[in-house]
Amino acid sequence: MTTVPARHDTPADTGAPGLPPGLDGPARAWLADALTEAARAAQAEADPGGTWQIRFAEAGRRCGPGHADAARVELLAAARPGVADLTALYRQGTAAERRAVLLALGRLEPAAAEGLALVEDALRTNDTSLVAAALGPYAAAHLPAHAWRHGVLKCLFTGVPVAAVAGLSARARGDGELGRMLRAYAAERTAAGRPVPHDLTRVLALTEEP
Amino acid sequence: MRIFDPHIHMTSRTTDDYEAMHAAGVRAVVEPSFWLGQPRTSPQSFTDYFDALLGWEPFRAAQYGIAHHCTLALNPKEANDPRCTPVLAELPRYLLKDQVVAVGEIGYDSMTPAEDAALEAQLQLAADHGLPALVHTPHRDKLQGLRRTVQMVRACALDPERVLLDHLNETTVREAKDSGAWLGFSVYPDTKMDEARMVEVLRAYGPEKVLVNSAADWGRSDPLKTAKVGEAMLRSGFGEDDVDLVLWRNPVAFYAQSGRLRLDTPAAGATFEGNSILRGTPGAPDVPAPVGS
Ligand SMILES: [Zn+2]
Repeated sequence: MTTVPARHDTPADTGAPGLPPGLDGPARAWLADALTEAARAAQAEADPGGTWQIRFAEAGRRCGPGHADAARVELLAAARPGVADLTALYRQGTAAERRAVLLALGRLEPAAAEGLALVEDALRTNDTSLVAAALGPYAAAHLPAHAWRHGVLKCLFTGVPVAAVAGLSARARGDGELGRMLRAYAAERTAAGRPVPHDLTRVLALTEEP
Repeated sequence: MRIFDPHIHMTSRTTDDYEAMHAAGVRAVVEPSFWLGQPRTSPQSFTDYFDALLGWEPFRAAQYGIAHHCTLALNPKEANDPRCTPVLAELPRYLLKDQVVAVGEIGYDSMTPAEDAALEAQLQLAADHGLPALVHTPHRDKLQGLRRTVQMVRACALDPERVLLDHLNETTVREAKDSGAWLGFSVYPDTKMDEARMVEVLRAYGPEKVLVNSAADWGRSDPLKTAKVGEAMLRSGFGEDDVDLVLWRNPVAFYAQSGRLRLDTPAAGATFEGNSILRGTPGAPDVPAPVGS
């Protein structure tokens, strides 16, 4: 199955692989060490001390909120945790940690049964940052039609820009059922005297393309 | 007036409260984990609660432009229930989390041996995780409770500089101040401090190392008490700088000892490719209201 390359693949202004651009000195050094630990964990059968998982938890305060997502995604990509560990990281994670797991799914490509359980969990939340992260390339490739359509609709309900939905044009094109759901939602908004979001019109147009 | 409420239980409050708090100047809160009014019966009930304090609640706060951090612990009351104490084994993994700025609220409720054990163990957890501790002082037998708390703090690995003694009043402030800890006052209708008494305490003991909180929760309480204390201070002749010290700089200084305080309310939590995602913020254009359930 082909996946869209994840956003953090190629840091533009650094030679070091995996280091997000714009990280300052101490944070860069910290992340470089953490990535080495994570890569070592990927080699080992198990990670007895779980050090890289501690790094994963503290990445926010080490790298700052602006770089935390990218740093955590790189840690996941370096450690390549098995599906059980990945699930535990999500389930025991803060919102930011859960978001990082979701953002990394496209690069880690866990088995669909387990990976989709995390995507579906995130789509049940009302945290829009989780909803947006759940609808990345992994969901574009694996999420069944019914759940994917509800994900798109949830974006419109909660104000997540549909630009966050990976592979939107490809999946929405010619999707008559999604079109029906969108028209019904537009009618509901109109009946209530509320504006129809621009994004709805945009996705609706996609569904009407052949 | 910029306000940091260092002790408020927002899980028990509505979005109207968040809105009113922001309008009154509140830009940051710390939510200590506590007793929910209904006894818990298992550690899982704690972990779901901790997850909410690290997930949904900061998201809600951010929608209203308020930075949200938390303190996590087994509370004094439930330290007495053997069905709950196993949560102590779960705490270490939670104390690593970014938004956790202290261990708390810990302390005494009825001053039992089980409470001794939980307090001692959790003061040590704070020391082990480089965190300060938010220590609640008991409501009943208050002065005796304060003395026992101070003894326990003296014996622990934490510097008193990293301890906030909370729910103080006229009878306990002297000895609390002598201990070298930070001094927390809850301005809470009926049972704790009120604005006028708070001003008198500030006059008598000075604003240094004093924190004022609303401790608002599911009981009859008022999340705007911090702002009301600020106004009462100004009316009684305190300057803007004293108000800022008590309502902002002191709580920042205390919790910043964790190394985890972030006051730049990141909408970053919800950015997508550099664009801040509007989360149904009231008044945001073209965005439907947030779905409540
Ligand atoms: Zn409290």
